[in-house]
Parts: sequence; structure tokens; C-alpha cells
Amino acid sequence: MYNFDIEKPTTVADAVQALGADEAQPLSGGQTLIPTLKARLAAPSKLVSLAGIDEMKGICMDDEGRLCIGGATTHATVMREAEAHYPALASLAARIGDPAVRNRGTIGGSLANNDPSACYPAGALASGATIVTNTREIAADDYFQGMFTTALEEGELVTEVKFPVPQAAHYEKMIQPASRFPLVAAFVAKFSDGVRVAITGASNDGVFRWTQAEEALSNTFSAEALEGMQADGDMIADLHGSAEYRAHLTGVMTRRAVAAIA
Amino acid sequence: MPKDGGIGASSKRREDVRFLTGVGNYTDDINIRGQAYVHFLRSDIAHGTLTSVDVDAAAGMAGVVRIFTGADFEGVGGIPCGWQVTDKHGEPMQEPAHPILAQGKVRHVGEPIAAVVAESPEQARDAAEAIVVDIAELPAVVNMKDAVKDGATKVHDDLTSNLCYDWGFVEENKDAVTKAFEDAAHVTSLELVNNRLVANPMEPRVAVGDYARGTDNSTLYTTSQNPHVIRLLMGAFVLGIPEHKLRVVAPDVGGGFGTKIFHYQEEAFCTFAAKACNRPVKWTSSRAEAFMSDAHGRDHVTKIELALDGDNNFTALRTDTYANMGAYLSTFAPSVPTWLHGTLMAGNYKTPLIYVNVKAVFTNTVPVDAYRGAGRPEATFQLERLVDKAAHELGVDPIALRRQNFITEFPYATPVAVEYDTGDYNATMDKLEEMADRAGFDARRKESEANGKLRGFGVNAYIEACGIAPSNLVGQLGARAGLYESATVRVNATGGLVVMTGSHSHGQGHETSFAQVVAEMIGIDENMIEIVHGDTANTPMGMGTYGSRSIAVGGSAMVRATEKIIAKAKKIASHLLEASEGDIELKDGAFSVAGTDKSVAWGDVTLAAYVPHNYPLEDLEPGLEETAFYDPANFTYPAGAYACEVEVDPDTGEVTIERFAAADDFGNVINPMIVSGQVHGGLAQGIGQALMESCVYDDDGQLLSASYMDYAMPRSSDLPMYQVDHSCQTPCTHNPLGVKGCGEAGAIGSPPSVVNAVLDALRSGGHDVAHIDMPVSPNRVWAAMHGGDAAKKAVGVVAANAKHNG
Ligand SMILES: Cc1cc2nc3c(=O)[nH]c(=O)nc-3n(C[C@H](O)[C@H](O)[C@H](O)COP(=O)(O)OP(=O)(O)OC[C@H]3O[C@@H](n4cnc5c(N)ncnc54)[C@H](O)[C@@H]3O)c2cc1C
Repeated sequence: MYNFDIEKPTTVADAVQALGADEAQPLSGGQTLIPTLKARLAAPSKLVSLAGIDEMKGICMDDEGRLCIGGATTHATVMREAEAHYPALASLAARIGDPAVRNRGTIGGSLANNDPSACYPAGALASGATIVTNTREIAADDYFQGMFTTALEEGELVTEVKFPVPQAAHYEKMIQPASRFPLVAAFVAKFSDGVRVAITGASNDGVFRWTQAEEALSNTFSAEALEGMQADGDMIADLHGSAEYRAHLTGVMTRRAVAAIA
Repeated sequence: MPKDGGIGASSKRREDVRFLTGVGNYTDDINIRGQAYVHFLRSDIAHGTLTSVDVDAAAGMAGVVRIFTGADFEGVGGIPCGWQVTDKHGEPMQEPAHPILAQGKVRHVGEPIAAVVAESPEQARDAAEAIVVDIAELPAVVNMKDAVKDGATKVHDDLTSNLCYDWGFVEENKDAVTKAFEDAAHVTSLELVNNRLVANPMEPRVAVGDYARGTDNSTLYTTSQNPHVIRLLMGAFVLGIPEHKLRVVAPDVGGGFGTKIFHYQEEAFCTFAAKACNRPVKWTSSRAEAFMSDAHGRDHVTKIELALDGDNNFTALRTDTYANMGAYLSTFAPSVPTWLHGTLMAGNYKTPLIYVNVKAVFTNTVPVDAYRGAGRPEATFQLERLVDKAAHELGVDPIALRRQNFITEFPYATPVAVEYDTGDYNATMDKLEEMADRAGFDARRKESEANGKLRGFGVNAYIEACGIAPSNLVGQLGARAGLYESATVRVNATGGLVVMTGSHSHGQGHETSFAQVVAEMIGIDENMIEIVHGDTANTPMGMGTYGSRSIAVGGSAMVRATEKIIAKAKKIASHLLEASEGDIELKDGAFSVAGTDKSVAWGDVTLAAYVPHNYPLEDLEPGLEETAFYDPANFTYPAGAYACEVEVDPDTGEVTIERFAAADDFGNVINPMIVSGQVHGGLAQGIGQALMESCVYDDDGQLLSASYMDYAMPRSSDLPMYQVDHSCQTPCTHNPLGVKGCGEAGAIGSPPSVVNAVLDALRSGGHDVAHIDMPVSPNRVWAAMHGGDAAKKAVGVVAANAKHNG
């Protein structure tokens, strides 16, 4: 780790101001950023902690029936408090990392980082969530722009995420045996007006919607409707799986998610 | 009734109280006033010529005490190798120099190039980043078969090639083996990889060097399994410090698994730098450094063939193995694929003719050395996979084929130079079949199939040679050390006693089990006995702990020393009781005169030894302290049979272990709970190797599995509740306790049954797959089921160090 200054504002406005400094960076749960700093792979001059900003924490339902989660809400909180409103999302949160990671890591950090194997991007994209920042609202479809890339501008903060709650949903995750992140995972959300499917872990382009499966499922919502199908695209090939295998798993995970709902 | 103390009791591990309550004393807990910190600048290039190392800018940075480079070590010895193997032509192996800091060339990612000593770890690291290193990159030598081809790039320019040795064993048998294969009714052959592993002890390595200018004494605190061995190697061969001026302390050590046997550069560096800087110097390895500097394990590529006659008797076996040494020879590296591997190729079978060929190869990778089992897992895996394959090819029951070929008469001299003293392989197989409930398997398979899963059952037998080893024998085989063990038993005036053992505990529970033995011998409470280990200043010269040798060799030395104590105590008792020495009996901590009610307590005798007022001073010295050295007459040969039952998810290739049974014969057992714990840990590592763990280099010699993000360690949730049994006991015939080693058995015996079970499951689903290399990952299983191209591309990145053919 290199030396850095740290600030702990209590409002979004103060945080945004603090982030105006040269090479300042937000610190949320630190579960991604702290290991990066320890490995000396990043050298921010100032960290702005989001952990003291109450307006960025907590869970509620808005008037439109959306589940709203503050950007600095931990995975553990979502696991406990979203259960009654959106069980599939609570279950996603419950399977991130281990208790230590869940008690620190946050939804805002996960979405800002947009790791190609992270869980929340699949949940947000499949739900058609809205990412709320200190300056605007971004539809999930516009927000994820490739591996570790999002629509966020420099210094822009994810303050809240609004999830439309589907009629039924399921997150099916096969883990990479070392990191226990998804090797490939599928989030299937069934709404009254159609089905959305998001795949994480598989593609070099990061999380993506598998539109072919969405169409098939919107016609007939059953695992059989996806028989023999798999997503195509520029799949990740690494120590844990070939591109071909990952492509195969997109079909398996999606069918299983559907079967769990249907 | 289970005993509540002494031999055979499951006494609770007394050391766990301090380990589990956070008051252990590990090397990193040692902080000496005025200590400075070292940071090693390590090569991020696998192979290259060091053209310059410019430390000028770094030297002026805040907190820097001194920066060392290879040039500072030109007059200093290199890291020695402790075992010289002679090749099949009678020539010694090729042995490259192994510098403390790189000289001239870098030969693996992680090799230290320079070392910064500074006031704080951060300052040392900052300065290390400011060192400017110029390396002219050379092609990396990674694949072993490519490495030994003509014209291959050489890892060491001054050696004739990358071949360390070409070992044939037993060379005289070679022609007879060839003939037996010509005459065979059936030949089964198999090519396989024994995957490279990283040991990953929970505690990374640490070294603290300290130098006392007033006395010119050096002290090294280090995470070692054998402090005396480090003192000898480092003192005599590297730094030229006589042993009486050098103390090596290995306090509590948080796991070793072999990788803390070896003498490493960082230990020598800290000792050297402490004197050069006249300050204590400390190094604590990060996990990232551990991956690229702790000696790795395994990494063999093997072709093995079995010849059988028309009645399915094994008639001959031959193997052809490439064994990776890495870039340099680690302390015991040459012995692992030879004397710890070739000598085990008979396994549990009476195969009359065996020929083993091993080519040890230098590559631009981290040195490879002993890791839990060391050579014996490699032998067991190839043999037990091959026997299973033969059974399948011949359409016979794999257990029946094994039983038919088991050795049943002991002692048994194998054709590969060792003599098994005792064993009963049918007994452990009987026990296993009962534990594994083979009869119920079909019903369980049906249930799995109803859930869309394939279920498989796999077994294997194993034998291993441990409790190393007779010194004169290993001397003939090339060891540059003896392998005896030592103990001093010091009885105090009030009857308590301290055993100072040359064995070292890095998690095995010696402080408990060793005390049980002495308690049993004297008949006193275990709490009256303290076990001291790990400090060359207060223990006799000992060889340390590895090769499952502690109770068999170290325990035997302790028994011998305790016998001397008892003999002398009886003399004192006979004086106190005014009886003849021959009539004195020791029972339950009291000496009595046979056939009378006259007795004297243990504590009265020990007091008399130190307050010798009424004492036969003319015949007997006062005091009660004895030392014994024990050199074993043979290895011990634990053996057994393991069974694994798996479920395979045919859609994803995921394997889950549903049941695992282990029937072991460890001879007499001192503490059954500790023995079960050792088996549990060994099984976790064996199953980890079979299903998850894999150390992978790419073609450029970059370590791809360099952190826990990519190196998969097994966790408790990946493992089943084991069934473990050690009730089959054929006591060792040549040590006083009748014990065999138990520390490595689990890791040695488990991988083949896991793979055998997976293949059995796949066959039940109509996939006749001959072999899948470890780790049997979901991708590999899925690919094997789909054959052809999918199998070839099993993982997106194929390990360059684990390709079968170039
Ligand atoms: C052992 C382990 C296992 C894990 N397993 C999983 C898993 O299975 N699935 C999974 O999805 N993840 C997993 N993670 C990652 C974990 O979910 C992280 O918590 C998450 O990716 C980052 O969240 P954080 O709050 O810790 O962010 P931080 O580490 O604090 O920040 C990450 C990045 O986001 C930026 N940032 C943080 N908050 C905001 C914000 N509100 N607005 C804008 N930018 C912001 C930071 O500047 C930084 O660049 C694992 C992590 C670990 C250590």
C-alpha cells in the first residue's frame, strides 16, 4: 500500500466535493479496492469513504413498487432485508463471498467496479434496474459498458439502485473453484410483460443480456424452451474454463434458473 | 474402555490451547529491538540475463539502511543441495550453483535479485521499487519434454543440458522387464500428469536474523521443520559460521507440509545482513511471495505400463517419468522422484520385475521439492490408476484384481530395493469394503440417477515408506545427511521432566503424543512432562520432522533415553530400598521390590538423584538426565485401502464427493484422535490435488495460478464427513513402539480413488473415458464426456508445465 489521505464525509454532497481533489477515489466496502491497494496496483492520493453517509444506506420500497437500495448498503444487509421484497436478489447477495466480505462489500462498489464475474451486475441488468447517481439516473441497459467499464463519469457516485420487482426470479450460480466468484451465472427475471436474462462470468464484454433466451422464454416460460441453446459471443477462456465450456454453461445455468421458477 | 492417559488415549492436544486462543509464539511474533526490515526485489521475468541492477536512486531513499545485490554475495556460498543422485551411467547428477541473490541471470519468476534493508517494511518496499533492473529476456524453458530436446535453451549455461539426471532403477532388471512385456498376455498402459502443487501452509515463511557483536554469535529465527538441518546447511555451506556460533530457532510453526524443510535464500540473507548491518533483520513473506518462492510439489509427467499373464497376475511394471526440478535444486529435490518414488513402485503387489526411469529436468520455474508424501503420492497415483484401468480392460473387479496380486507374506523384499517388514493388505481391504458399504452402492447409484446425477465408486490400495531413514542406507543412496533422531530427557528434582527432542512439531501435536509415551513408560501423569523442540540451543542435534518420521524415529529416540532414565532410577531405588537392582519393578510411578510391599515413589527417587544425601555416590553419578540417538533399522510401511464415492453432474461436469472411507494400518497408535486428525488433513490435501489444486505456468514461464483467486484450495464444504479407521494394526517390527508414520498417508492414498470414482461414474453414463488428468475440474470432466475437440481444449489455458507432449 502507498500512503494516502482519507476523508469520511457524512453527506453525498460532501463526498462529491471531496472527490473533486486530484486522484481522489471513493472507498466503499474496500473488498475490491483494499486488496488492489495492498498489491500497490493503485495509488490514489485520497480515499473518500462512503461508509459514514447514512443517506446512501438502507433498503425501502418506493411508490412504484421498486426495491430501492442505497449505494453503500452491504451485501449482508441486502441478504437480510430484501428477502421479504425480492427473495432472488437477497439470495444473490447471500452467496457473494463469505461473511466477512458480505459485511463490508456494498452494492455500489460492486456495480461501480463491474467485474466481469460479479453477481450484482447480473441482478441489476436482469431486473432492468435504474442506477441512481449524484447527478442522474441511468438505466441498467445503458450502464454496463464492458468488462470493468460503466457509464459512470469521473467522481460520479452510485447513490442508490432501484429494482423493479419481477413476478418471479432466480439467480443460478456456478462458482469458479478458487475465487468462488461465478464461473458462469444467470439471473432470470420474469415480469408480466416479458422475461429478462442476464449472464455474468462468461463474456469478455462483461455482463450481458441473452436476448435470444429472453425471446424464447417470453413465448414459453419453461426450461425446455431453451433446449439446445447457448449464448454466443466473445467468451472468457482461462484456467478454469474454456470459451466453449463457458458458452455451454450459459445454457445450463439459464435452464436451471428457469426450472427453479417454473 | 478408552484409556484416559498414556499410549492409546485420545488425550486432547495441549498445544491447541495456545494456538486457538491467539497466544502462540510464531516467528512473525518475534520482534527484536532495533530490527530493520527487508524487502526482496524479485524477478518478474522467468529467464533472462541480468545486464544491470542500479540501486543508486533507491539507496538515497528515506529509511534505507543498505541495499544488497548478487555482487555482495560473491564470496559467499550458494544454497547447497542435500542429496546427490547418481544417474544410470554411474555419473553424479548435474548440480547448478544456487546463489542467495541472482547472479548473472534470473531463472524463475520470483527469484530474488536485490534486497533492501530499511527502517520499516514500507520504506524497504518503496526503495525496492526504485531499483532499476535491466534484464535481457531469454526464451523460457517450461515444458519438460521440450527442455531435454537437442538445442533447447539452457536454464544453466554452465551445465551440459537441462537434464539433471537420467535415473534407471533397477538398471539390472531392465532387460528382464522388457522380456516380460514381450511374453505378457495383456499390457495396460497409461500416460498421466501428477499436477504441480503449492503447499500453502497457513503461516507464510518468516526469517529474523540477529547478531550479537559482543560475542560474535548469530541467531536465526525461522519457520522451519528442522532447525538443526538449517544450522548445518547454512552455517557450514553458505555463511561459514561454525555451529557453536550459530543458533537456529523454529518456534511455533503454522504448518509446513514439506515446504518448510528446505534451506532458503531468505534465511541465509537475514542472518548475513544482520551481521553486515549490525542490526536484527526481519523478513515476512507475503502470500504472493509464497506462491513464487516456497518450493512447489509434485509435477511429474509419466508413462506407466503393466504386464499381466493369462491369469491376471502382474508380471512386470515399467515407468518413464519426467520430474520437474524447477530452476535450482532445492534441499532434497533430487531424492523425491528417485528414492522416495522408484522404491515404492511395487506398491502392495508382488510384481516380480520392475523398471523405473526418471529424467529430472531443469526449467524456468520455482524449485520443486518434497510436499506431503513426496514421491510416494506420485508412485501411488500412477500405479493405482493403472491397476484400475487394467481391471476395466480385463473386465474383472478392481478389488479382486488387487487382492489377487497383494503381497501376503512378510517380510517381503520388493524388486525395488526395499523390504516391507509387516502388513496385511487384505485386512485393510476387508475393513474398507465394510466401511464403504459397497453392497449398498447400487441403490445409492439409482437414487443419484433419479436426480439426474451419475454416481461412481473408486478404490485404491496404497503403501508408503516413511519414518526415514537408516543413515547408512541413505548415505549409499546419496543423502548428504544422516537421518537418525535424538532426545534428551531431563528429570527434575521434584519428578517432573522435560524431553528435548530433535523432532519438530509444526502442527502435529507432539507436545501431547510424545508426553503420552513417557507418561506410559514411567506411570506418571502426562502433565508432569514437558516437550521442548525447535531451538538448537536447547535440543540435541536432530534431523527434524518430515517423511512421517516423528513418532517412529524421534519417538524411538525418546523411548531409548527414557529407558536409560528408568535404568538409572532403578539403581537409585534399589539403593533406597536396600534391595538388589534386579528385583526392582516400576509401575504406576512407584518402584517396588518384587514380591514385597516395600516401595518408593518416583518423586523420592528423582529427589535423591539431585539431593544425593542417601545415594550410592561411589557407583553412580548424581542427576537424572539422559540422551539417546536412534537410527532406524528400516523404513516403516504404513498401508491401507481407500474408497471414494462421487456424484457427477453431467450437465456441468461438477464432481462432489459423497463418501470417503480410509482404512489404514499404522501399527500401534499412540493417540487415535491425533492420528485421525492427521488422516483428515492428508485427505483434504489429496482430494484437493485430485479435484481442485493446480499450479500453472504459461509458455513464458509466468505463474498463472499466483493467488487464491486462481489457485483453488479445498474448503471444509468441499469435503465429505470422512470415515476413518486404523483398527487394522500390524505393528512395525523394528522400532520400540511398533509404530508407523501417519502424517502423509491421507495425501498419498487418496487421489487415485477419487479419479477412479469419477471415471466409474462417467462409464455408468455411457462415457468410456480412459483417464482425466488432475485436477479433475468441472471443465475437464465435461470435456472428457464430450470427447474430441472439447477434451483437447479442456481448459482455456493449458498449463505449459503439464502438457503431455511438448
Ligand atoms: C474473498 C472475496 C470473495 C468475493 N466474492 C464475490 C462474489 O462471489 N460475487 C461478487 O459479485 N463479488 C464478490 N466479491 C467482491 C465483493 O462483492 C466486493 O465487495 C465488491 O465487488 C466491491 O464492493 P466494495 O463495497 O467492497 O467496493 P470497494 O472495494 O470499496 O470499491 C470498488 C471500486 O468501486 C468504487 N466505488 C465504490 N463504491 C462506489 C460508489 N458508490 N460509487 C462509485 N464508485 C464506487 C471504488 O472507488 C473502487 O474503484 C468478493 C470479494 C472478496 C474479497
